[in-house]
Order: sequence, then structure tokens, then C-alpha cells
Amino acid sequence: MEWRPILSTLRRHRIPASLLVLEIALTCAIVCNAVFLIGQRLQHMQMSTGIDEHALVQIQLAEIEPSPDIYARAREDLAVLRQVPGVQAAALTNQVPLGISSSNSSIKLDLAQRQPTLNAGTYFGLDLPQTMGARLVAGRHLQADEATNVDVVLKALATGDAKQLPAVTVITQAMAQRLWPGQNPLGRTFYIGPVGVRVVGVLADLARANAYNDATAHYSMVLPVFMGVGQNQSYLIRTRPQDRQAVLKAAVAALKKADPQRVVTRQRTYDEVRSKFFENDRAMAGILVGVIIALLTVTALGIVGLASFWVAQRRRMIGVRRALGATRRNILNYFQAENFVLATFGIALGMLLAYAINLFLMLHYELPRLPAIYFPVGAVVLWVIGQLAVLGPALRAAAVPPVVATRSV
Amino acid sequence: MFAYYLDLALRSLKRNKALTALMVLAIALGIGASMTTLTVLHVLSGDPLPGRSGTLYYPQIDPRDNSGLFPGKEPPEQLTLTDGQNLLRAGRADHQALMTGGSVPIQPDSSSLDPFYVEARYTTADFFPMFGTPFLYGQGWAAADDEARVRDVVINSELNQRLFAGADSVGRTLRVANTAFRIVGVLDNWEPSPHFYDLNTGSYGYTEQVFLPLQTALGLHMDHNGSSDCWGNGAGGIGGTYPSEECVWLQFWVRLDSPAQVAAYREFLVRYSQQQKSLGRFVKAPNVRLRDVRQWLAYERVVPNDVRLQTGLAFGFLLVCLVNTVGLMLAKFLRRASELGIRRALGASKRALFTQLLVESGVVGLVGGAGGLLLALLGLWLVRHRPSDYAPLAHLDPTMLLVTFLLAVGASLLAGLLPAWRACQITPALQLKSN
Repeated sequence: MEWRPILSTLRRHRIPASLLVLEIALTCAIVCNAVFLIGQRLQHMQMSTGIDEHALVQIQLAEIEPSPDIYARAREDLAVLRQVPGVQAAALTNQVPLGISSSNSSIKLDLAQRQPTLNAGTYFGLDLPQTMGARLVAGRHLQADEATNVDVVLKALATGDAKQLPAVTVITQAMAQRLWPGQNPLGRTFYIGPVGVRVVGVLADLARANAYNDATAHYSMVLPVFMGVGQNQSYLIRTRPQDRQAVLKAAVAALKKADPQRVVTRQRTYDEVRSKFFENDRAMAGILVGVIIALLTVTALGIVGLASFWVAQRRRMIGVRRALGATRRNILNYFQAENFVLATFGIALGMLLAYAINLFLMLHYELPRLPAIYFPVGAVVLWVIGQLAVLGPALRAAAVPPVVATRSV
Repeated sequence: MFAYYLDLALRSLKRNKALTALMVLAIALGIGASMTTLTVLHVLSGDPLPGRSGTLYYPQIDPRDNSGLFPGKEPPEQLTLTDGQNLLRAGRADHQALMTGGSVPIQPDSSSLDPFYVEARYTTADFFPMFGTPFLYGQGWAAADDEARVRDVVINSELNQRLFAGADSVGRTLRVANTAFRIVGVLDNWEPSPHFYDLNTGSYGYTEQVFLPLQTALGLHMDHNGSSDCWGNGAGGIGGTYPSEECVWLQFWVRLDSPAQVAAYREFLVRYSQQQKSLGRFVKAPNVRLRDVRQWLAYERVVPNDVRLQTGLAFGFLLVCLVNTVGLMLAKFLRRASELGIRRALGASKRALFTQLLVESGVVGLVGGAGGLLLALLGLWLVRHRPSDYAPLAHLDPTMLLVTFLLAVGASLLAGLLPAWRACQITPALQLKSN
């Protein structure tokens, strides 16, 4: 392949050629970052919660007449729920993984420490991990006799009476690893405010309710506190996946029958919880896909348009070359090579731009660095698109008969 | 002359229909995408209370101990009940209101309506005059009623419609959480967006339906809704058990009309912090902030990052579309070099040629801009049908309509300038000779 004539031709069409290079570069830069963003979103949306998601439903109630005894009410509700056909387990919880509305605590390893070591999602409940299907990997679950009613805890906090405060907890592996890297967390103590709690069990995983940050999404603990009924508490029910809708309906009916003086503020399957949590990420990924398609289409059409012009403009030159013995293939290759040169310049510039945009995003949106693999893959994709786009005009050029050389325009 | 240029432009555009369509479509797509996202950004970063927000300030003080998970040196974003009441009673501003969010059961008299829950705001009296809330009927309660714990309630027009079919309900009784309240006012449509005075409830698409005197609501232990941040022995509380003294969970707004008043109030906050420190309540050195509505919204980063990202993306896309159009237009003009050469040789000035070409690119731009406007309307319709909480806000207002129009014309002229200029540099003699 002779490169010199191509370069000298391009030099004579400097402005259109540099515009095409710029367009390819911008497209390359935006597409690389957009694909990267999509990857980030998809990865975020894959987040595990550590629970048996397809087997759970959630019901939240609000009372019109406050119950005289919120604990008795909750115990009775749970008993009623367990009687509903199809219910395998039921528990009262203050939050659900990915539920958005969250309860969190700062954790210290030492009371004298000034800055907390981490912040963890705080679940209040007893048989919560079992009901949710969170797997225990070490130690034991919380026991019924370890539970304290929440008003007792609040009072004890106010008076500083340590005996009435929860003393044990079950935490996730991720949190244990962060607190005591490489060590056995069982039997160790950490502090929530002034309250020391001892780790008795470790869960494989349990995502927190406000799992926005992938790095801290799995820092959760369960404290043996019984909340009683309340606006922000809800019942989690475990059933067979195919029974969820029927069980949800039957459970709501049973709860209403047990105490008609309340309003159901929420009834949903856990799948809906997850879907709601990631709805913005899903929308963003969709928008990004749309932008990528639009960008590549516009750029490809731009290449087609410009190449068509050049072919039309150079009909005479092509005719002369054909008359002097160039084959159709030579002409075809010429335009393909020209596009390859333009695309290469564009891609080179585009990579620099992509890197710059990534730096900007890292600074302002806390994104990680663009992995190096994006550069070769992006280059190949743009080369292929460029070649496909130029194929039509190039074939038309190749079809120019030699006799054109002898005709005037 | 312009009519002639227009005629030439249309003829030229007709000659390459596919190409013209491509240029128009590229501009339309670019403008449609950027206007959709820019409008969403504009709406979301809008002024919640035009004309008033410049005089509304959000005092922050720092009652925390030296631990806790509060980043940096910024004071907490809310107040404790004690500090809130102290600042309220000090009354150093023209207007001041202490408030927090809740949700309460409404028990309609008529048996045909089941009880239901609505969002509530527990606030002191100045809320209404300070924020300039429009009243359909009646008015807010008086400042003196706050301490007296009167059982007055202001409802919004939506609830009034639901319960009283829109009639003047002032003086009627409303049962809220098992307590009889007297309706003293009905708000007309009032939905400041963003929900600046309490962002914990969600920044957009959140409206309270009842407004109750703060002391009355707290006295009745109505459920608190919103965020509470605690330190030390603090516990966040649940439902009608309120967060403890080591927790911040109330918002406090003041109205200050002049820079002198602002400076004096900031001074007052520092003195208050010092006084509390000497009393032993505060541990830290005075750490106060006094932000106005705009600064507060910016500090709280109310506009979602995704929306900013989408706007950047759309403008990147517009840039590609413009470069694309410039390239195509240039190629097209240069291909007509001989035609332009002949016109030059026949006496047309450079200026005349330039105008002619600019008219041609202007036509492409205008049609593309009109298409872009239609696409923006379609885009906003799509945004409105997305499940996000700001979806209902996505409408094109007159400002954005004007911006769209200017953007379209500007973009297309910009896209036409370079090609037109380049094409005018052609030496007529050379072009005539080469053919």
C-alpha cells in the first residue's frame, strides 16, 4: 500500500479531514467513558444482598389508634402471620437490605478512639437473619433471651445503665474483615457510642438499606432489640417464590383482621424493593446505551457523507488512475486506507480525550480509573465502524469506469 | 437579495436530499438531547421561592462532642430541640420558624372515608408569613398560639378537596391522630421545589398536607419523620419517642433582610455558641454557618449527580453532531467550488457569497432547531414518565424555550460560519481554469 499519496491528499483537504478526526476523537472519548459508566452501573446493580430475595415479602402498617402495648401487638401479629398458609417464617424488622430508609451506627474499636472505624447498617431483630435467609458462617444466631425491648434500651442509654443494653451482636463477614483483618471476630467487642457489644455470630453477607457505596454496602450488624409495632417497622415474611402474591394478600388480610385499626402503608415482594433501589441506575444505563448508539450512528453517517463527497469530487482522478492501470481493488483499498488513517488519528486523539474525561469524572463523581482494556477495544470498534461506513462510498469509487478520465466534468 | 439566497439555498439543499436530511437530523438530535437534559437541570436547580429565597437563611451551630461520624469541620445539618427552642425564643430575626417532619393519621368524620396517613409538618407560626405561603381560605396560627399549644391546623388544598370537596373548611374540626384540631387555614397550591426547608424528606415531589403547631404536635407525641443524627449517648428515637438531647433533628429558618442583619445574626450565633460552651453544653469552639437558600441547596448537593452527568453527555453529543455538520457542510461547499468561482468571476463579492452560504447553513440550522425542539418536548415527555421523584417537574418553561431557540440558531450559524468562510477563500480564476 502506498501511504504517501493518501497523506498528501488529506493534507490538501486539511479542514474536512481534521473535522472528521475530531468527530471520531470525540465519539471515541465519550463512548469509552459511557461504556465504562454502564459497566459501573451494571456492576452496582448486581450487588448481592446475602438474603433469599425471591422468597421474601414485606408488609408495613401504621396504626390509627396507638397500641397500648406495642410489643404484645407485634408478638401477636407475628403469631398470626406464622399461621397463614404458605408462610415459612416471619420477623419484625426496622429496615430491609436496599430499602433506602435506613438505620446506621458509628462503630469504634476502642472507647478512647476519636474517629469511628466505620459506619454500619444496624438491624434490630432476633430471628431476622434466619427469616431473610442470611447464611451464618461462624458462631451462632441471636437467642430469644438476649432480646431487650426498645424502650428499655432507650431508657438505659439515657441513664447509662449498661446492664439493660444489648451486649451481643451478629455481624457480616465484610464488617468483621474491616474491623479485625485476618482475625477471628468471634468473642471480640466493639463499641456503638458508649455501648460495648460482643460478636457471637458472623453472616456470609447482609447488605445495608442505604447501600449506595459498593465499598461499604456490606457493613451490617444485627442487634437483639425488639422494636414492637411502629410506623417505621415492618414484617418480613418468607415463603415459596411461587406463593408470594397469594401469601402477601392472605397475610395483609390476617393482620387487618387481628387489628382493624390500622392502615397498610406498604405491601410488596422483595424483588420490588431491589427494583426500586436500582431504578435510577437502570434508567441511567438505558440513557447511556441510547447515547452510545446515537453517537456511533451519527459518526458513521458523517463518515459516509464525507467519503461520498470525496469520491464524487475525485471521480476524474479515479478515472485517470483506472486508465493508467489501477485495478478496482486498488481504488477500493485506497479509500479504505484513507479512512483507516483518519480513524487512527481520531482514535489516538480520542484516547487522550477519554483519559481526560475520566480524570474529570474521577474528580467530580468519585468514579474509578478507566481500565486500560478500554483503549484497545475502543480502537478496534471504531476502526471496524469506520471501515464499514466507508465501504459503500469506496465501492462506488471502485465502480468508476476508466473512461471518465477522457470526459470532461 | 435574501429571498434570492434563500431560493439558492433551497435548491442546493434539494440536490442532496439524503445529506440535507442527515445534517438536519444530526442537529435536531443534538439539540433535542441537550435541551431535554438542560431543562431537567434547570428545573431541578430552580429557585424554590422566587423573590424570597434571597432573604431566607439557615443557621447551623455545632453542639457535638469531639467524636462521631460528621465529616470535616462543617456543623450538623439540623438542630437539637433545646438549641432550636433557644434560638426561636431569642427572636433575633424578623421572622423565624423551627420545624420538623412527621406523618399523621387523618380520621375523617364521614364513615365513607377510611382513615389514612398524610405527610405533616410540625412548625412554629412564622412558617407561613416567612415563606409567603398562599392561602385559599383563612390563615396560619398566631405566634402566641405556639406556646399555648393550641390545637389549630392548616391543611393544603389537596386534603381540603379530599375531605371537604374544596369548600371553605376554616373553623371545621379535623381529627388528627385521635385529637380534634380546628382548621384555621387552607393553603392554595404550594409546592416549593426543591423542598428546601427540609431536604431529609426527599428533595423533589414531596408535599405536606397538614401543618401543625410544633409544640402541640410534640406534646401529643405525634410520629417524627426525617433524619436524626446523634453522638455520645444519643439515641435516634422511634415514632412518638423523640430523639434524645444528643441528636439533631429539627430545621430552623430565619428571615434577614439586610447584609447588616445577616452579619449581626452570624455574630449572635457565635455568641450563643460561646455562651453554651461556658455553660458546659457545647464542647467545641463556636462553629457556625449562616447559608441562604441557594448556598444551602448547593451545599446539600440537591441536584442529582446523574442529571449533571446526563447534561454533560448531551452537550458532548451536540458537539459531535455540530462537528459532523460542519464537516459535511464544508465538503459540500467545497465541492461547489466551481459554481462559486463562476459567481465570483461574474462579479459577486466575497461578502455576497459568504451571506449566500450562511443562509444555506442557517436554513439547515433552523429546520434542525425546530426538529430539536420537537425532540426536546418528546424527551421531556419521556422524562415525565420515568419513575424518578422529579419526573412531574420536567416541563419546558418560556426561558428554556428561548434558550432552545437561541441554541439552535447559534449552533447552526456556528456550523455554517467555518464552511462559508473557507469556501469564500477560493480563488475564482483557478476554479474556472481547472474545468
